[in-house]
Amino acid sequence: MTIAEKILKSHTPDKGFKQGDIIRVDIDIALANDITAPIAIDAFKSCSKKGVFDKDKVVLVLDHFTPNKDIASATQCKVVRDFAKEYHITNFFDGGEVGIEHALLPEEGLALPGDLIIGADSHTCTYGGLGAFATGVGSTDLGVAMSTGQAWLKVPESMKFIFRGELNRWVGGKDLILYLIGDIGVDGALYKVLEIEGPAISSLDLSNRLTMTNMAIEAGAKAGIIAPDVVTDVYIKTRAKRDYTMYESDPDALYSMVKEYDCANIEPQVAYPHLPENTRGISEVGEIILDQVVIGSCTNGRIEDLRVAAGIMKDNKVARGLRCIIIPATPKVLKAAEAEGLIKVFLDACAIISPPTCGPCLGGHMGVLAEGERALATTNRNFTGRMGHPKSEVYLAGPAIAATSAITGKISSPKEVVA
Amino acid sequence: MILKGRAFKFGDDIDTDAIIPARYLNTSDPLVLKEHCMEDADPTFSSRVAKGDIIVAGKNFGCGSSREHAPIAIKASGVSCVIAPTFARIFFRNSFNMGLPIFESDEAARQIKQGDILEVDVTEGIIKNLVTGNAFKARGMPAFMQELISDGGLIAHVKKRGRI
Repeated sequence: MTIAEKILKSHTPDKGFKQGDIIRVDIDIALANDITAPIAIDAFKSCSKKGVFDKDKVVLVLDHFTPNKDIASATQCKVVRDFAKEYHITNFFDGGEVGIEHALLPEEGLALPGDLIIGADSHTCTYGGLGAFATGVGSTDLGVAMSTGQAWLKVPESMKFIFRGELNRWVGGKDLILYLIGDIGVDGALYKVLEIEGPAISSLDLSNRLTMTNMAIEAGAKAGIIAPDVVTDVYIKTRAKRDYTMYESDPDALYSMVKEYDCANIEPQVAYPHLPENTRGISEVGEIILDQVVIGSCTNGRIEDLRVAAGIMKDNKVARGLRCIIIPATPKVLKAAEAEGLIKVFLDACAIISPPTCGPCLGGHMGVLAEGERALATTNRNFTGRMGHPKSEVYLAGPAIAATSAITGKISSPKEVVA
Repeated sequence: MILKGRAFKFGDDIDTDAIIPARYLNTSDPLVLKEHCMEDADPTFSSRVAKGDIIVAGKNFGCGSSREHAPIAIKASGVSCVIAPTFARIFFRNSFNMGLPIFESDEAARQIKQGDILEVDVTEGIIKNLVTGNAFKARGMPAFMQELISDGGLIAHVKKRGRI
C-alpha cells in the first residue's frame, strides 16, 4: 500500500476499498478561513442538529482579508467570530494570533503525521509535507464535516517523484516543485496523489518540504505527500499535543507513474504568467522589469524563507520605483525575524513589512497591482488577475530570486549580487 | 431531466480566479457574484448569458482555489451545466455537492462551437448538438455521485439519509 492508502485505511469504516472507490472518512482536522467559512457555516446550520462534531478538531483562521480590508470582509469575519464563540471552537485564530493558515497549523502542532485533514482552502495539501493526507475541499464539504466529522473521498491513484543528487546553490523546495509542475503541467497529477521522495528530499528541512507539498494542487493533485522521517519527528514532537503515526509506503506499493529527477539539472526556477507550469531556469530569463516583489504566503513565508531573503538584502536597497513587501506568515515568524535582526535588514533596505495575511497573493489587499504592472512573488499562483488588475502580471519564484530581484528591479539570479 | 441552452465556449485551464476573481470574495451573495461570473476570461459573459445556457470548456476547468463562489456564480448566472474534457478536482466535488450538473466529454468539448444549441439528458449523460445533429455520451459517474445529484446536493443528501 501507498502512504496515502494507509492513512485512508486508518480513517474509514469502508474497509477493503480499492483505487477509484468512494469512501467515507473520519477526519482529524476540519479547517476553514474567512472567505470559505461563512458559506460552510450556512451549510453546517442547515444540516446540523447538535453542534460541531468536536470543538477541538474544527480550526478557523481569519487570514485572507484581515486585518479587515473593507466593510464586506469585516462582515464575513464577524459571521465566523460569532460562530466560533457560539460553538466554543478551541482553535479559532483572530487578531494578533492570526497567521497564514498553512504556516500556522504545522507551527502550532495542529496538523500531524498520519492525520486525515480537510480544509476549505486548496492549499490544505501543504500538510502532506508532515506525512498527513491533507486535501482541499469546498465550503459545503466543510460544513457537513463540522457537523458529522466525516467527508466523502474517492480513493486516488498515486504518482511517485524521486529527486536524486545534490541541490545546486540557491535551489530550494520552491524550485524543485516549480520544476516538477513545469514538467507534468497544471493537470499532470489531476485527481491523484503526488508522492515525493529521494535523497534530495531527505536532506530538505521541513519548511522546504511544506513549500513543495503546498503546490501539489498546482499540478492538479488531490494531495502531495512526503513520508515523515527523523526531520519531521524532530520538528513535530515538541509541538504535537496528541499522538501521531508516521506511515510510509510499502516497497511493493502501486503507482500510476514513477519518475526520477537529477537535481544537478535543476537551477533556480521562475514561472511566467499566467500558469505555474510556464517555468524556466533563471539562466533563460531575459530582462523583465518589475514594479513589485512579494515575499511571503503559505508557500514561502516561513522564517527559513525570510533568512534567505535577508541574507541577500543585507546592506542593499530595494530598487528605486519598486515596492518590496515582506509578509512573515505567522506572528511567531515575525517575532523570530525581529529577534534575528531580519526585520531591521528589510527596513534598512526600504522594504515594507506587512502583518501576517494572505493579502496580495490572491489580490485581496496589501499590495494589489494596477493595469500593466508586473510583480514577482514567492506565492503559488500566477493566474490572470491573481494579484489585482486582469492586465497585470505575476511571476513566481523562491525567496532567493525574489530578494535579488527586489534589489536589481528586474528578475535576477542571486549570483548577480552575492559572491 | 433535460437541460437546453446555447453553448458558451472557453479554453483550457480556466481557473477559479477567472470564474470569479478574488476581489469579489468579500461576499458570498449569488446575486453579486453572478454579475462578475467569468469576468477575467470574458468580461461580456455576464451580460450575454441567459437561463439554461451551457459552458463548454477545455481541460482542467475550475483549477486553482477551493472557492465555492465559483460554482455559485455559475449557477446564479443561469448556466444549467458545464461540459469539459476534465475538471479540477475541488471544482468537480463542489459542483456535485451543490447540485450543479457537470459532464466530462473530450469529443463534445472539442466539437461543439460557440452558440450551438445543446440539449443534455442529465440522467443518461447524453449531450445533443441540435445544430449539427451530433450526440455525445459523457463519462459515467459512480453511483454515489449520481445519488448526490438526484438528492439535490450534499446537504439534501445528508438530511435525507442522516449520513454522508
